[in-house]
Amino acid sequence: MGRGLTAWLVRKSLFRRFRGQTLLKVGLLIVLSFIAMAVICGPRGGEEYGRFAGIPPYNPAKSYASLPRLSPPTAKNWMGTDHLQRDVFSRVLAGGWAPLVVAFASIALAMSVGSLAGWISGYIGGWPDRALSLTMDAIYSFPSMILAIALVAVMGSGLVPMIASIAFVYVPTYFRITRAEVLRVREYTFVEAARATGASGTRILLRHIAPNTVNAIMAVSSFNIADAILTEAALAFLGYGLPPPAPDWGFDIQNGQRYLQSGYWWLITFPGLAILFLSLGFGLVGEGISDLVNPKRRKR
Amino acid sequence: MSGVTRYIAQRLALTVPMVFILVSVVFLVLRIMPGDPVLAMLGGRNVSPELIAQKRHEMGLDKPLHIQYTEYLSGLIRGDLGRSTRTGKPVAEELVSRLPATLELAIWGMLFAAIFGIPTGIIAAVRADKPSDHLIRVLHIGSFALPIFWVGLMFQVIFAVKLGWLPVASRLSGRFAFSFQRVTGFYLLDALILGDKEILVDVVKHLVLPGVTLGLAQMGFLGRVTRAAMLEVLDTEYVTTARSKGLGERLVILRHALRNALIPIITVFGLQFAMLMGGAVLTETVFSWPGIAGFLIQSLYYRDWWALQGTIAFIGVFVATVNLVVDLLYSVIDPRVRY
Repeated sequence: MGRGLTAWLVRKSLFRRFRGQTLLKVGLLIVLSFIAMAVICGPRGGEEYGRFAGIPPYNPAKSYASLPRLSPPTAKNWMGTDHLQRDVFSRVLAGGWAPLVVAFASIALAMSVGSLAGWISGYIGGWPDRALSLTMDAIYSFPSMILAIALVAVMGSGLVPMIASIAFVYVPTYFRITRAEVLRVREYTFVEAARATGASGTRILLRHIAPNTVNAIMAVSSFNIADAILTEAALAFLGYGLPPPAPDWGFDIQNGQRYLQSGYWWLITFPGLAILFLSLGFGLVGEGISDLVNPKRRKR
Repeated sequence: MSGVTRYIAQRLALTVPMVFILVSVVFLVLRIMPGDPVLAMLGGRNVSPELIAQKRHEMGLDKPLHIQYTEYLSGLIRGDLGRSTRTGKPVAEELVSRLPATLELAIWGMLFAAIFGIPTGIIAAVRADKPSDHLIRVLHIGSFALPIFWVGLMFQVIFAVKLGWLPVASRLSGRFAFSFQRVTGFYLLDALILGDKEILVDVVKHLVLPGVTLGLAQMGFLGRVTRAAMLEVLDTEYVTTARSKGLGERLVILRHALRNALIPIITVFGLQFAMLMGGAVLTETVFSWPGIAGFLIQSLYYRDWWALQGTIAFIGVFVATVNLVVDLLYSVIDPRVRY
């Protein structure tokens, strides 16, 4: 019973901390709606989309002879149609799947690789640490967008190259955070105490140092996901995204660019707004988390 | 050796290996990855194996990897970045001729970011936790979340296509192509040198949309840093002292607080430069801006290895130099910093 009570109290206090966290709440709301949208309207295997009949209203990857070509928004096609007689609204609904998968997968990958390397490097120290830090700094100082584009260009287009290249770009971020935190934490008395009791190096690393670095990592990851979504969109815009006719916001914007001079604004406006709001959602969540984690800022 | 010289030497000792590592990684990645530059150059299918072998030989691709690498490195040190397979000109020449365009764009972007980012950051800090602070904070985060290429395209649709106020793309209208003389490569300066009012207006008009596009994302970043730095400073005792002496609030904020808050803001300028170059890739692509970043994308599409390697090395060195300069600027702004 004691356990249940503690858990309840913790939950209660966490809930109380949520109060007044408008940014966090709004951010979570946006992010969760986009995730729900991607799950409901995303690919179902083959060229089929959506879990329920009628959602999205049209098959986003299919041209419909019954639809007009390049029609502005109407009551039937809320966001208009594109040059291949496809429904833009359906493409926007289904297009969130790729950015979300790429962003989550790449940041998770970068987090695992970077943190692991940072923990080990910081704990070992000496020349391997120095060499690795210098390499990471070299990658870190280089414009991440350019690096991601260059990598994906040599690896080829599609889901896996996008994930790999974006992950590569963010490895140094997590390496640096973790390493710095390890260097700070390892000087603490409790680590020294653990060593004095004869705990092995691995045990100290996993049981005593690693848990302390989690907070710092969590605060950054949300901002990075927001950024990764923009990077995915940019890669898709440059033509390195999902192969057509799969809906992908960035690529749809590139398609719309061809009709820009004719003033067909709906082709680029709606996918772009979707990217903006999804990225904004994660940005707000990141802001909210750092407010929560950082009591000094919470007071403000 | 004086303190500053020693500091520069120390920083260089770190920067050079970093650039070296970057260049080596790029060299290796380009060779490990699939995609043949010779085939790309010759246009793919239906090419005789003899021709491919001959081209390979001409480009030095038939040599062992370590020889290619040493040749590449020694060329780099001499400033020889090889020859672009797409344009046939030396890569270094291509980059130098494109640098002013990128710099001009970057300066305008930075300027826009500073003009809108720093004041909004100050207002947000002064009115911390009031509705105006919340609004500005959301705007700043929002500017982070903007897909740059999309912003550029939306501007083009609204201001160029629909309203017709500004040109869609490029740096200069075609009708001035003959009367315009390129001196510095910075078109605004060149137009001033030329003294032709019409051309000057045209150049400025072409700069507005790409400059604002590039600056928007930086604005939020700068604004956030300004807000945080101001909050920190406004909490200090000397600000309280200044207030209790009866100084006006405006004076306290602008003269006493802002000056000290500027130090972290300047630091961020260096960091931001890398972001700015990343944004420039997309801005230049959208606005057909003839700069370095756009050149990079073209090189990627044509699998122009030498151009790609060279451009990345160039950007790496460039960003590292800017960071070094910003670091040195500290001592000018903050007399407490001694090297």
